Amino acid sequence: MATLLDQYEEITGTDVIDQLRQLAKLLGGKRIIHINSTKAGGGVAEILHRIIPLKKELGIDTVWETITGDADFFQCTKLMHNTLQGNRFDIPDYLLRHYEAVNRENAERLRGLLEEADVVFIHDPQPAAMIESMPARKGKWIWRCHIDVSSPYRPVWKYLRDFVRGYDASVWSLSEFAQRLPHPMYLIPPSIDPLSDKNIELSPEELGKTYARWDLDPQRPIITQISRFDRFKDPLGVIRAYRLVKEFTPVQLILAGGGATDDPEGEEVFNEVKTSAGDDPDVHILLLPPDDNLTINALQRISDIILQKSTREGFGLTVTEALWKGKPVIGGDTGGIRLQVVNHHTGFLVNTPEGAALRIRYLLKRREKLEEMGQKAREFVRENFLITRHLREYLTLIFAVANETQDRIELL
Amino acid sequence: MAEPFAVRDCALIAIATGQYAYTLAELRDRLEIIPLSCIYYHFWGGLLRPKFDNPEYQNDFAIWVYHGLRDKPLAERMSLIDPSKYHDLEDLRSELIDILEERIDESELLPWMKANQRFYFVRSQTVVFDTRVRLDTPELLGEHIPHMSLGSVFYHFIDARRRPPWGRDDFTHWVSGFGDDYAELAEQISQIDPYFTSLVELRDELTRVFAAHTPGGGA
Repeated sequence: MATLLDQYEEITGTDVIDQLRQLAKLLGGKRIIHINSTKAGGGVAEILHRIIPLKKELGIDTVWETITGDADFFQCTKLMHNTLQGNRFDIPDYLLRHYEAVNRENAERLRGLLEEADVVFIHDPQPAAMIESMPARKGKWIWRCHIDVSSPYRPVWKYLRDFVRGYDASVWSLSEFAQRLPHPMYLIPPSIDPLSDKNIELSPEELGKTYARWDLDPQRPIITQISRFDRFKDPLGVIRAYRLVKEFTPVQLILAGGGATDDPEGEEVFNEVKTSAGDDPDVHILLLPPDDNLTINALQRISDIILQKSTREGFGLTVTEALWKGKPVIGGDTGGIRLQVVNHHTGFLVNTPEGAALRIRYLLKRREKLEEMGQKAREFVRENFLITRHLREYLTLIFAVANETQDRIELL
Repeated sequence: MAEPFAVRDCALIAIATGQYAYTLAELRDRLEIIPLSCIYYHFWGGLLRPKFDNPEYQNDFAIWVYHGLRDKPLAERMSLIDPSKYHDLEDLRSELIDILEERIDESELLPWMKANQRFYFVRSQTVVFDTRVRLDTPELLGEHIPHMSLGSVFYHFIDARRRPPWGRDDFTHWVSGFGDDYAELAEQISQIDPYFTSLVELRDELTRVFAAHTPGGGA
C-alpha cells in the first residue's frame, strides 16, 4: 500500500517530498509536541490529523496531545475566540480564573512530556496559558494562532497577550493578523489537504448524483458560494449579483453552508437569505451538517464559478478548495482572499454585487478564459497552498527559532 | 578539472515586523528604520511566495504603490530597480528612498494619500542546507535540474547573485569553468531574466537551455 508520502508525491512531484525528507533528516532526534484542545472537528484538528502522520513518516519524533476541560472552560475559550475575532464582550472574571486553573491542571498532567520536548507547538488560545506552569521548560515554545486577530476586542487580547508574550515565537496566518509581541512572529498561511474528503477527486457518477440530489440542471451554469450564513460573507450581495447575471444569461445559484449553532446571528441571516431568495427555483439554499465534506466537495466540483464575496475574511480556505478544483473564484477584496485570487489569473477581486455580476457574466461568456483560469488556479494551489508547503514551513520554522538572530542559517 | 557542483537547497520563512505603512510618507519613514532583511524579502522573497508573474511591477514596493495608491509613475520607477546590482542591501535601501523622495517632491498631495490597503513590512530568515548531491559535468547538472526543488533553483539562480562573484548565478559561474565548449551554454544561462517568471517556469527554462546547449545534449 502506498504511504502517505507516496500519495502526496503523486500530486506535488518528487522534488517537494525530497525537500521535506532532507529537512526532516537535519532535525536529528528532536522531539516535537503539538498541543491543541480537540482531536475531532475544526480546522486545527483537521490539519494536525494529516501533519502528524506525515511528520512521523518522515522519521520525526512527533507527539500530539490534547488538553481536557469542562463546559465552563470551553465556554470561556469560545468567548475568547469570538472576541479575538472582533466581538465586543467582556469575559466574566470567574471564567478567566477557571481557564487558568484548567491550564494548570493540564500542564501538570503533561509536565514530563512538555518539559523535556525540544519544540512545543501550542495551538490557539485554549492551551496558551500552560506556559505559565512550565518555568523549567527546556525547548522552544511556539504559539500558533489560527484565528483572524486583525481587529481583536482589546481587553481580551491584552489578557491573552500576557501569556503569549512568554513564548519564544508565534505563528500567524497573515501579516494583517499579527499583533505586536516581543518575539519573532512568523507568517505561515494555512493549507488544504488534497487527500481529504473535502478535496479528494470524485467520480463522474458521484457528481451526477449531486445534480439529482439537489434538483440542479446539469445543462445550465451553476455559481456557488460555500460559507456560513454570516453577514461578513455577504450572502445577500451574492443573491443580488445572481439576479443581475440572470437578466442576461440563464444561471443557477447555490448558497451552501453549515448551521452556525454558536452564532445567534446565523439564524437571522439565514432567514433573511431565504426571504431574499423568495420562490426562485434556481436559488438553492442548502443548510448542511458541518462535517458533510463530500457534499461540499461535489457542489464545488459541479459549479462553473465559485463566489466568496466576503466583506471581511480570515484566510478563506473555501477559496483555496475551490481553486484546487480548477474553479475561478470571484472573491471580496479582503483578507486572505487577496493572497489567493489574482485578477485575470485565478479569478477576480470585487467590491460590489455589481462587480461580481460583471465578472460572472464575463467568465460565462468567455468559456475558454474560464477554463484557462481554472487550470492556473489549480497549479497556483499546487505550488503554494497544499499541506506539504505548510509542513515545509513548520520544519523551517524549527531551525529559524533556534537561530532567531540570524537572517541566514547555513546547515552545511 | 572544476570542483563538482554541490547542489544546495534553501527554505525561506517570513516574519512579521509589526510595521506597516498607509501612505508614501509612512513608507519612506519606515524604510529608514526597517531591518535589511525586509529589503531582501520584498525584493527577492517574492519568488518563493504565492504570486503570478507581474510583468510590470517586480517588487513588493512597486506592486503596493500601484495597487494600493494607483501611482503608476512611482510604481514604474521602483520596478526598474535591479536588486542584483546592489552588493550591499544598505545601498539598495538608499536607492529606494531616493526614488521615493523624488516622487514625493513632485506632489504636495501624494505623500499623504491613504492607500486602500496597508503595506506590511515583512522580513525573512533563510535556511540553507546541503542536499549532498554532487555533479561532475554540465551534462549531469542539466539532467539534474528538472528534479531540483524550487528552493535549489532559488538558491543557485537568484540568491547566488548576492554572493561572490557578485551579480552572477551559480550555474553560469560553474559552467564557465569548463572552457570554450561550454561558453555558449554559460552565456545562454546568464541571459535568462529571473524576474519575468515563476520558479517553476525558471526551472523549465534552465532545463531547455541546458538541453539545447550542452554538447551531446538535447539540441
